[in-house]
Amino acid sequence: MPSKQDILDLYFMDSRYKLIDIAAFLDRIDRHEGEADYRYDGFHKALEAMLKPGDKPRAQAVLEALSDHSEEPIPKATIQGAFGACRD
Amino acid sequence: MKYIEPHAHMVSRTTDDYQAMAMAGCEVICEPAFWAGFDRSSPQGFHDYYRQLTEYEPARAKKFGIDHYCWLCINPKEAEDAGFAREVMSIIPEFMDSPTVLGIGEIGLNKNTVSELAIFEEHVEIAKKYDTPVLIHTPHLEDKLKGTKLIIDALKNAHIDPSRIIIDHVEEHTAGLVLNEGFWAGMTLYPESKCTPGRAIDILENFGMENIWMNSACDWGISDPLAVAKCAIEMKKRHHSPDIVQKIVYDNPVKFLSQSKNFNIT
Repeated sequence: MPSKQDILDLYFMDSRYKLIDIAAFLDRIDRHEGEADYRYDGFHKALEAMLKPGDKPRAQAVLEALSDHSEEPIPKATIQGAFGACRD
Repeated sequence: MKYIEPHAHMVSRTTDDYQAMAMAGCEVICEPAFWAGFDRSSPQGFHDYYRQLTEYEPARAKKFGIDHYCWLCINPKEAEDAGFAREVMSIIPEFMDSPTVLGIGEIGLNKNTVSELAIFEEHVEIAKKYDTPVLIHTPHLEDKLKGTKLIIDALKNAHIDPSRIIIDHVEEHTAGLVLNEGFWAGMTLYPESKCTPGRAIDILENFGMENIWMNSACDWGISDPLAVAKCAIEMKKRHHSPDIVQKIVYDNPVKFLSQSKNFNIT
């Protein structure tokens, strides 16, 4: 198995690039006019889950933070697509 | 390196893609029936589509030395109108004896509705009647966790052998749910959603190398028909042995697909 050093060699630059892109995305929203929607709140909830995942792996915690946790099938679909965050 | 692409929508791809996949070592492509990007206006449209899957695509693949198999169903995005879906499902038996049909798929859920779930359960009964394996689509993004749980519950109620079911598009929050219940799991390598190669390999390292495969699910959207081959290279970068790489991209698909009477590796 690769060492931590190997993983850093493989993925640090890619992850650094993605991290800065997330920061820039949040700055971009702040800079523009209008109101954000539930996706913005979901994104922050997911960031919080990443930083404080509890006993779960971070990726799982992020995915669960962005998931619909209701349990029953809905009566009817109003759209065919998905938006990536759950509208509470 | 030889590999199997166990989930690709080649009806949406160019012949150049077949050529590139063959050059990358792809020996077999399996194509589940899916949503064409628009709702078809009649059951006859599905009849034509099933002919494309069972006649035209195998011939197109064969020109590049690739064996092409398919799965049949009406996908969950077009299952909201249950009456329409049942009309389409009535066509499926006409094609079940085609020599390249593996089974029923990709059935599943999209928005986790009552109608989608009913049509999913009726598809499972078709699979039981014809004694075929099943390939299952799990919903996108925020709907995946709930949909995966609903699907697993429905399969338990159907008393179907989980070792003949592959539940596809798993991610970190659903892989354990699927594998712990004895189902096979599929990971999809997508540029904008689902798994990156790095995450797919994380899932392998965390959940093990058994009963799992990876696919590109390349279709009409932004997707990469060479994603499996590229992930195999990434596995090598992560110090996985050639035997393990072959197990994931070839041996595991052969093991699962061999449960279909029509699957013959040449």
